[in-house]
Parts: sequence; C-alpha cells; structure tokens
Amino acid sequence: MNWAVLGPLLGLLVIIFFIGIWSSRRMSDSSSFLSDYYLGNRQLGGLVLAMTMTATYGSSSSFLGGPGAAYDIGLGWVLLAMSQVVTGYFVLLVLGKKFAIVTRKMNSVTLIDFLKERYQSTTVVLLSAISVVVFLFSAMAAQWIGGAHLIESLTDLSYTGALFIFAVAVLIYVIIGGFRAVAVTDAMQGIIMFIGTLILLVAVVIAGGGVQNIFNDLVSENPNLVTPFGNDGSLSAAYVSSFWILVGVGVIGLPQVAVRAMSYSNSRSMHRALVIGTIVVGLIMLNMHLIGVFARPVLPGIEVADQVIPLIALETLPSWVAGIVLAAPMAAIMSTVDSLLLLVSSAVVKDIYINYVKPDATYKHVKKVSIGFTAIIGIIVFVMSVNPPELLIYLNLFAFGGLEAAFIWPVVFGLYWKYANKFGAISSMVVGIGSYIVIHLYNTANGELFGVHTVTFPVLFSLIAFVGFSLLFKREPFYFSLKQAK
Amino acid sequence: MERPDQDWRFKIANREALIGCALAVFNFIWWYGFAYGLGSKPPEEYTYVFGFPAWFFWSCIVGVLVMIVLVMVVTKFFLKDVPFDEDEEGNQS
Repeated sequence: MNWAVLGPLLGLLVIIFFIGIWSSRRMSDSSSFLSDYYLGNRQLGGLVLAMTMTATYGSSSSFLGGPGAAYDIGLGWVLLAMSQVVTGYFVLLVLGKKFAIVTRKMNSVTLIDFLKERYQSTTVVLLSAISVVVFLFSAMAAQWIGGAHLIESLTDLSYTGALFIFAVAVLIYVIIGGFRAVAVTDAMQGIIMFIGTLILLVAVVIAGGGVQNIFNDLVSENPNLVTPFGNDGSLSAAYVSSFWILVGVGVIGLPQVAVRAMSYSNSRSMHRALVIGTIVVGLIMLNMHLIGVFARPVLPGIEVADQVIPLIALETLPSWVAGIVLAAPMAAIMSTVDSLLLLVSSAVVKDIYINYVKPDATYKHVKKVSIGFTAIIGIIVFVMSVNPPELLIYLNLFAFGGLEAAFIWPVVFGLYWKYANKFGAISSMVVGIGSYIVIHLYNTANGELFGVHTVTFPVLFSLIAFVGFSLLFKREPFYFSLKQAK
Repeated sequence: MERPDQDWRFKIANREALIGCALAVFNFIWWYGFAYGLGSKPPEEYTYVFGFPAWFFWSCIVGVLVMIVLVMVVTKFFLKDVPFDEDEEGNQS
C-alpha cells in the first residue's frame, strides 16, 4: 500500500466530507427546500460558478481517457481537445442573462422546469425527464467505473472495494449537502485539477529533457504524431471539427451544464465566471492532453489508455506530490458524478414526483423525498457499476451526444424564438435521440458517416424538425410574462 | 398591445448571446486556420516555435491565450450589468 500517494487522496475525501456537512447546515435556514437543494438558492459567485461548470464538464474522459488517447494518437488529439475551450464562455454568454432572468421569474429549479413553463406540455416534461434519467444514468455509471479503476490502480484494493469507497464518499456529501455542497466541492476540485495539471506538465517536460527534445523523440518514432492528422494519418479535418459540436458549442444542451447557468447570484458573478472559466478550461484541456503526448517518449509502451496519467505521475514526481496530482482526476470524476447524481434526482423528484404525483407536498415531505431518492439512485448506480461494461469513453460520449441532440434546440429556441412551441420541442427531441441512436449504430458498424462524429447529423435533424414542426402547427408567439407574477 | 418581450434587459441579453456566437466563430476560424493552414504539409517541412510545431503553437497555445484576452475585453467593455430580480418579492439576497 502506497501511503504517500494515498494520503493526499484521503485528505481530499475528508475535506469534501466536511463541505457536505457545512452545506447541509446552511440549508436548514432557507425557505424553499427544492431551490436550495437542487440549485443552491441561486447564490453562486463568479469563481464557484466558473469552477463548477468546468469541473462538471471535465470528467474522467478529460483526465484519463483523453490524455490516454493523446498518448496514442499524438498532437492531433490535443487539437481535437482544444475544441472545448469554447465551452468556457459560450454557454454562459448564450444562455446568459435571459435564462437567468426568465428562470427566476418562473421559479424554475431545473432545466426541465423551464421547458415545462415555456412549452406548457406534459409530453415535453416526461420526454425530457426520461432522457435525463436514462442518459445521465449511463454517464454516471461510466464515471464511477473510472473512479474505481483509478483507486484500484493506485492501491491494492479490489475493484469492488475501490468502487465502494468512491461511492460512499460521493453519496454522503451529495445526499446531505445538495447543490451547494456539489458546487463548493467542485470549486475546490477545479482548483486541484488546475494546479495538479500544471505541476504534472512541468514534471513531464523536465523528465523528457525539454519540449524540443520531446518533439525530436516523437518525430523519430513516428512523424505523424506531431501532425494534426494522428499517428496513422486517419484523423480528418472534418472529423476533428465535428467535435466542436460534441464537446464545444453543443454542451449548451447538456442539462447538468445548463442548470448551472441559472444558479448564479448576479450579473457580476456571471462576468467573472466567463473570464475564469475560459482561463481554466483552456489551460486544463491544453495541459492535460499535452501531458498525454509528452508522456510517450518519457514512458513508452503503456497499453491501457486510462493508465497513462497515473503511471506518468508516479514516474516523474515524488510520491507525495504524485498523490496530490492524482487527486486531480479523482476530483474530476467526483465533480462530474456529484452533479449528475443530483440532476437525475431532480428529474425524478421535482420534474416527475412533485409535478404529477404529489403537487401539494409539504416542506418536510419534499426534503425526505429528495434526500431519499438521491440516495436510492446513488445505490442503484453503485450496484450496476459492480459488473460494468467496457469502453468508458464511448459510453460517456454516447450519453453526452444523445442529450445534446435532445435538448439543444428546445432550450435555445425556447429562450430566443417566440414561435417555438411544444410541437417543435417534442419532434426535435424524438428526432434528435432517435437519429442519434440509429447513426450511432450505423457508425459503429460501418465507420463514421461522411467522416464526422455521430452527433453532427442528429443536431442538424433536430434543428430542422424543431423549426418545421413549430411553424407547421401553431404559429402563435410566446412572451415571457415578466410583469405579473402568477 | 403590451409586448413583455421588449423588456430592456432582453435586448442586452440578446446582444450578448450574439457576441457569444461571434466569439465562437472567431475561435473556430483561428483554431482551424492555423492548424490545417500550417499543419497540412509533410512533417519534415514543419517549422518550430519554442520547440512546438508552428501549427500547434499558433492554433492551440496562442489560440487559447487570444481567446482569454478577447473574453476579458468583451467582459470589461461590452457586457452590461443588469438586475435579475425586479422590485417585487424582495428576493434580493
């Protein structure tokens, strides 16, 4: 057992645990349990907002899978990863102030709440809630598996044991602390990721004998590693560019990201978050993936992609520093899982249970149900992850792409196009998810259709469906009624 | 007829959403232009800046820095502070 490495990881868990307790204390003196538990009472400041967006979004695929792919594929994969910089400012600017103003007025606590008020349709609510639960459940499972594998690779624990530690740690603070605990721990985890990545990059560059030296080694091994086209020249410009939809601008359709765009306290927080978010996303993505490429000459012959970061950290750093650095991917995984868990819980509790089963629930009852469901969902994910499917990164991307195709247009048009209506929203979701699954299966069997990522066409199709069906059925403008509260 | 969509804050919000799109388009062009403009020749002909291949240096490293500076400028000079809660309800924190 490597205690020097484990120490910082355990330290992280302890601190997080106390943040959970602190958050649940703060909750006891608020008036609306739902708004507090699922949205932190809309009181996030700039730093926490930027960090929680980055951390929610940056998951095990950015910290383990992504650098692992860069290790195999070379600089082309770093180029691809840099399409994520746009998320640092795009989501907040585009959803922006209108989303914040409107959701406050509507008293929306979840993204689906907003859709419910905007489209006035039970079908929209149920469709959205089901897609959130199904897709994010699989995304969550993928993250837990990543977290458990990481603990497993650093310690002598078995996979199940590692999963258990991981699950208990996350469950406790999410269940008792709600959104505020998630956001505050995200902020801390974001800072750990940022600093951890920086330290590791410097260490890898030193171990490789400087940037120039590393690139010489790469070129002499395989010149394709330093081109934008990947180790075997198969990474086309169209394919790489299509990731701008999947992990760039399309992120706006992810409920776990969009819900954060309604959680900040005022426009100054949002402005600060824009700047901090862009810096943090940009540098973390650049550094993390560069580490993957640079690790190749330093430590050749790593077979399992997810092992690149743990192995290179243990190789180039003193073990206690490696422990701190390896807390970064751990933090990335936790900060994604916690947000997803809370979101799935909010879809079940707020969007289904309170809307349709028990609208007149008391404060106490809501509290019991929220906490109870969060716990039950967490435990189900744990059980499912014990015997998990492979291909972590694909499972994760499948969930992301499907949700983006479903939600991007109902959210964006709902906000900015007055003729958007429920017919458009429903058809857009059905077409988006449906075509995503079909094209995903086609691409898995035959290679990428037209050389671009699966997500591209479903997003396009759902756009056409949205506009077409909105105009076809009922051309009636919708105005957000701000004047009279209802 | 009253048009609630004419809320003065929505004009600002719409403008800022368009700024967001403009930034993303610029970001994409910069990223794509340098990466494939400089990176498409055979690797033997690459030039290097601070040890990095020039296409990567300009597209990814300088690209990130440019976007950070642009976002700072936009935030400082183009975005406006607006209140999120209007008088009623006293939800002012």
